[in-house]
Amino acid sequence: MTLRDFFLRLNVAEECKKYSTPLWQCPQFLFLMMGWLIIVSVVASFAIGRRYIADPQITLLLILALSGVLLSIAFIITRSFEQLAEANRLKTEFISIVSHQLRSPLTNLKWGLDYLMGEGAARNQQEISYFHILKENIGRMHELVNDLLTVSRVEQGTFPFQEKEFELEEVIKQVLVEFQSASHASNVEIRVEGKRIPKLYNDPSLVRHVLGNLLDNAIRYAWKDGEAVPRENRRENRIIIRYFTEGQNVRVEVEDNGVGIPAYDQKYIFQKFFRSSNAVRRQTEGSGLGLFIVKSLLEKTGGAIGFHSTENKGSTFWFTLPVSSKTHFTSKARQEMSRAKAEQERA
Amino acid sequence: MKKILFIEDEPAIHKTLSDALEKEEYEIISALDGEIGLRLAKEKTPDLILLDLVLPKIDGFEVLKSLKANTETERIPVIVLTNLEQMEDIQKAIDLGARTYLVKSNYDLKEVVDKIKKATEEA
Repeated sequence: MTLRDFFLRLNVAEECKKYSTPLWQCPQFLFLMMGWLIIVSVVASFAIGRRYIADPQITLLLILALSGVLLSIAFIITRSFEQLAEANRLKTEFISIVSHQLRSPLTNLKWGLDYLMGEGAARNQQEISYFHILKENIGRMHELVNDLLTVSRVEQGTFPFQEKEFELEEVIKQVLVEFQSASHASNVEIRVEGKRIPKLYNDPSLVRHVLGNLLDNAIRYAWKDGEAVPRENRRENRIIIRYFTEGQNVRVEVEDNGVGIPAYDQKYIFQKFFRSSNAVRRQTEGSGLGLFIVKSLLEKTGGAIGFHSTENKGSTFWFTLPVSSKTHFTSKARQEMSRAKAEQERA
Repeated sequence: MKKILFIEDEPAIHKTLSDALEKEEYEIISALDGEIGLRLAKEKTPDLILLDLVLPKIDGFEVLKSLKANTETERIPVIVLTNLEQMEDIQKAIDLGARTYLVKSNYDLKEVVDKIKKATEEA
């Protein structure tokens, strides 16, 4: 290690950014703190020793031993933190590379299939149904790869947020249109309750993603009565989307009367790849990434998310967004991004 | 018949998109790397260029730069067709003069063909 490298390593802020961990989990910062702790405890024990121990040699030995022990503890702790943080960084990078690499062959498959299913190709019913199975599964895999990419971007802090002014009501309308057929198919009624709220300054596609995810879950985990239950006793599925201002925030709630989340699973619900035991039992599809992504994205833009749920009764998921922006980009970077996006859309 | 130069190193995507475009009565000129792509652009003066960014020998950004620096080829519209979707890449390609930037995995085959049709009609 050259002298320059050594000084670069001392730049704690820079090193910590690389691991994208909170400050108190960052190895370099911990090491610095431990150093301070050692100095303070050595000085303190010296002061105590001078007062209570007659022989200065014993005091000296004790202090030496103490600093030796503290130093090795500090070294072990920071070292293992460093390894953990490094492993985590590598994992995120790995996910990013792998999901990028998976996309090319997936596109080849998708377009090849599009070609085969295209106009003018006469097919019998069985072939058509198999083509649809292929298409659906390619689509699912594509979504999964996209989710993984989003996860790695959020963790690396490179997710491109595009903030602008927008109306929440508009976004809700768009999401409702998107989920119209899904809610019909599952026989779920969706109601919207809310009074006029101020315009928000945030990334509308993010809000659409969050609301879409919550609504998708609410429909997916709707209550289904067994065949044995008489028709008039069956539960009528309904979802209520509610929005209102709450201090400096806007709060949106998605309430359902579906299967709910068992109490013992509730604390894991926002964890990556976690799937509730009743979700697995009911064999509903899902990667366990949706809510993790939603939570990470919301927190990056100053929002929050939470829920309360009773098994077999239903769940209410809520999220909040600040009315004014919590800017993450310099205005120049944002301008450039919106310009690029405009160019892309114009195309 | 309009000529399209397709610079892309992946044979599968090459075949699919070429077949789809030939159905629409386009003539396809294929190039599997940046060097051949540049040479064919000058020789054949196509009506449109479809350009991948990750290419052997000369990468797509360099190809774009050379195309725009040459008086014979600077007016040929270029559609970038790639799987890179970082904002910096999009911005760079647009700044270098790409007319359209398409992220492959976000589009169906038909949508891509439609965009190509639109671009050649306008040209």
